[in-house]
Formats: sequence, C-alpha cells, structure tokens
Amino acid sequence: MEENFEQTISLQFELKSHDFVQAGEASSEIRRRLKKLGFASDVVRRAAIAAYEAEMNVIIHARRGRLQVEITPRQILIIAQDEGPGISNIHQAMQEGFTTAPDMIRELGFGAGMGLPNIRRFADEFNISSCAGEGTSLKIVIYAGEG
Amino acid sequence: MRLADIVRELDLKVLAGPALEKKVAGGYASDLLSIVMANAKENQLWITLQGHQNIIAVAVLVELAGVVIAGGVKPDPETEKKAKEEGINLFTTPLPVYELAGRLYKLGVSG
Ligand SMILES: Nc1ncnc2c1ncn2[C@@H]1O[C@H](COP(=O)(O)OP(=O)(O)OP(=O)(O)O)[C@@H](O)[C@H]1O
Ligand SMILES: [Mg+2]
Repeated sequence: MEENFEQTISLQFELKSHDFVQAGEASSEIRRRLKKLGFASDVVRRAAIAAYEAEMNVIIHARRGRLQVEITPRQILIIAQDEGPGISNIHQAMQEGFTTAPDMIRELGFGAGMGLPNIRRFADEFNISSCAGEGTSLKIVIYAGEG
Repeated sequence: MRLADIVRELDLKVLAGPALEKKVAGGYASDLLSIVMANAKENQLWITLQGHQNIIAVAVLVELAGVVIAGGVKPDPETEKKAKEEGINLFTTPLPVYELAGRLYKLGVSG
C-alpha cells in the first residue's frame, strides 16, 4: 500500500432511477479512491466492476438507492440498498441471462442478465436480500490481501 | 501494437486520443455492457455499435486501451465529451464490426 491508512474510509453515493448521465460516476469514484490508496490492480478492478453492476441495477431497476463503501487495508465492503420493486425470485435473478430489462434499456447495452452473476463472480463474499414491493440490498466484500 | 499505428493502418477517426502511445493487448467485441465487464481484459481494444456515454464508464472500469464505435454509428456528443474527461481513447469507423475485427486480426491484434 502506498498510502497507509488506519481508519476505515467511508464513501456514500446517492443513486436515482434512470439517471443515465450520472450512471457509473459512483463506481468510477470508488475505483479512483482504491487506486490512489494503492490496492492491487486486480482488487481495484473487481471492486469497481462489482460496484458498477450494483450501481446500474439500482439506476435501472429501482426507484432510488444508495451505495455505501467501507474501505480498510484488508477489505472493501460495498453495500447497495434501494427502494423499488424488489426481486421476488432471487434464484431466477441470479441466473446468467435472466433479465426483465425493457427494450429501451436493452438498446443502451444493458439487460444481458449478467450483472448479478458478475458480482457473484468478482466478489469474495456476496449476499443479496430483497423484499418484493419494498427494495433490494446487496452486500459485497472484496478481500484486499495478497493471494 | 500501438494504438497510433492501428489508427493509421485502419484510418480510424479519433474522437478522443489522450493516450495513443498505449500498446493494445488484444480485442473484444460486444454491445452488451455486462458481457464486456465480464470478459474484456485490461488494455484490449473494444469494438461496439453502442454510441451511448455509458460505454466510457465501462472502458474506465475495465481499463481498456480504447473503444472503437464501428459500423458508421454516430456516438452521442456526451460520449465524446466524457471520453475526453476520463482520458479514454475513442474512435469511430464506417467499417462493420466483423470487417474491423478481421482487419485487426490481420494486423496481429488477436482476441
Ligand atoms: N436492485 C434491483 N431491484 C429490482 N430488481 C432487480 C434489481 N437488481 C436486479 N434485479 C432483477 O434481476 C434481474 C437480473 O439482474 P442482472 O443485473 O443480473 O441483469 P440485468 O440488470 O437485467 O442486465 P445486465 O446487468 O446484464 O445489464 C434484473 O433484470 C431485474 O429483474
Ligand atoms: Mg444489471
């Protein structure tokens, strides 16, 4: 680590439904911070991609939400929480290729049904919980340790 | 191969070229952003038909060498602006995706 830090660094980002102009700003900022803190490039990349997929899911599928990040030298914790329709069948939503994205969203290049599978693949720990009609929350942990 | 050489060989139009000295480590083609997130590798050149500004965020996060919008697709003006802000190399070409990928392969830029 280039820059030593002892305390937990916390970041917070508010996300709005269908805001495709701001989309990706939160994850880009997370990536910049992690890079600056000197995390290994593989760690930065995995955290940034997981954050992006979580961020976009809130923007695309929910009404509004928030991304919270807690960074320590050992791990990066990303929590995405939203108010929205929630996911009634999580098992199905986790399948590669499953999407409910409408055509308008798919035209922008989203809706491959790969976001949640990507998060699971790039995270070291991943938890998803959802309440239909209320919202969804994700907990993502990326370990920063060597190897 | 350096991006600058690829631009010259294939006559790509440069919309943003902050780092044309970058060496390209291969190519990837898809129009689905999370497929690119999952499979494209650092320093690859990404070929797409998407002209929307969200492609720049993907290029930043995956640390791609650059993005070529193929098939004569005209990108949104915000896409070019964002590429400049984020320091992402962005090109356009009238060549269709298949043709462009083939030409890149011939130049030695493989998957
Ligand atoms: N935050 C959320 N709120 C409500 N539904 C969600 C949320 N996140 C995911 N989903 C549901 O789960 C499905 C699968 O999500 P996933 O991220 O894997 O794919 P996608 O967002 O549809 O497409 P992609 O991520 O490939 O662009 C979504 O289509 C949607 O139905
Ligand atoms: Mg998604």
